[in-house]
Amino acid sequence: MHAAAALRRDGYHGGLTILDAQPHHPYDRPPLSKELLTGRFGPDDIGLRSAEGLDVVWKLGRPVHGVVRDGSGPGGRGGRLVAGDEEIVFDGLVIATGADARKLPGTDHLADVGVLRTLDDAVALRDAIDSGISTLLVVGAGFIGLEVAASARQRGVEVVVVESLGQPLGRILGDDVGAFVARAHRAHGVDLRLETGVSSLVAAASGGVEAQLSDGSVIHADRVVVGIGVRPATDWLAGAGLVLDDGVVCDETLSAAPGVVAAGDVARWPSRRAGRLMRVEHWDHAIASGEAAARRLLAGPDAEIFDPVPWFWSDQHDMKIQLVGFAGPDLDSEVVSGSFEEDRVAVAYGRGGVLVGMLGINRPRHVALMREQVTSGVSFADGVAAARAL
Amino acid sequence: MRVVVDFDVCESNAVCMAIAPEVFEVRDDDFLYVLLDEPPEELRDKVEEAVRRCPKQAIRIED
Repeated sequence: MHAAAALRRDGYHGGLTILDAQPHHPYDRPPLSKELLTGRFGPDDIGLRSAEGLDVVWKLGRPVHGVVRDGSGPGGRGGRLVAGDEEIVFDGLVIATGADARKLPGTDHLADVGVLRTLDDAVALRDAIDSGISTLLVVGAGFIGLEVAASARQRGVEVVVVESLGQPLGRILGDDVGAFVARAHRAHGVDLRLETGVSSLVAAASGGVEAQLSDGSVIHADRVVVGIGVRPATDWLAGAGLVLDDGVVCDETLSAAPGVVAAGDVARWPSRRAGRLMRVEHWDHAIASGEAAARRLLAGPDAEIFDPVPWFWSDQHDMKIQLVGFAGPDLDSEVVSGSFEEDRVAVAYGRGGVLVGMLGINRPRHVALMREQVTSGVSFADGVAAARAL
Repeated sequence: MRVVVDFDVCESNAVCMAIAPEVFEVRDDDFLYVLLDEPPEELRDKVEEAVRRCPKQAIRIED
């Protein structure tokens, strides 16, 4: 979506077709685990504004089954997409198919076990909550799982969250933040079970699901949401001559092949900043990479390299967690404002003496104002001092 | 150019402040304040970027 909007904004006046396997008009995903479940928003409230009034041909509910890159377009680029019995010729292609939620193996037949990725997933869960379910089991204490848990608690549902690691979000945000997040969820009545997995899920005779947990306990849940990560949606690209390895592997300008770019969750590209191939699943990245991919299509190889600072937020209970740049257990960290005890804290992260991240819990001002220093990579000491002075 | 924020929707993510601090400020009380209701034309690109990057789609420009 953002690539299409950027193409038009940057002066591309040629034909532009958007194909999507889903039948819905483009919608914003963050509310799916929050406002849509709490009932504050309905499906009609979350339309993607950047899609409004865009001069494109929509082909919604049209999964693409294959790509033939035959070089029939200008400069040996281009090819055609196969979507059902239709073929669509292109000169340039933006791959932005995102990712699909991972499922627990062997649970496809269980009607009360689902994921939360699409509008249909969210509406199904909301309908279940509306119908008065009493217990929800969430498998995986990642961002989606924790947001779903918080929203369901707000609706008065009993929530059990199981997580195989020792802290929620610990791998991404470090154990201090993870421990804080765990406390906050427990304070809001979430039954959070760490270092615990699901051994089996079976349909219960009385309806719902019986879950056997790795700690030996058995719980009954009316509904189960599995939030154990995603898998880039690249199956349709098999045989297209692209490098597929945990996403569409691109160069530093998001180019995957002549006339082919990738953006969003599906794109994996070498980030100079991170010093490795990265794939980012954040909302802000969908915009930034979409716009960069569009520029790459229009500008060709002279396009700027793509190397932004990642940014995300997550709202859970009364916590707004935001991170610009990088955090994690392997980095130096320093509290620069507030404290975990007062539920309002900003933490600076450094690597090799350089500021690489700023995390805020209910501290949006610090995260926003330090974004520039994180982007330019000031020294960790200077970054800590600057953040303390805010 | 007139900047309009839907404060019922705004959640003070402060992305707009990071992009256009001349126009938007989230203060220590965690509320967003619009510093310039009618910013000069030279800030248009920044304000438009703030509109696009607002996680709540809470900002509009009225010309």
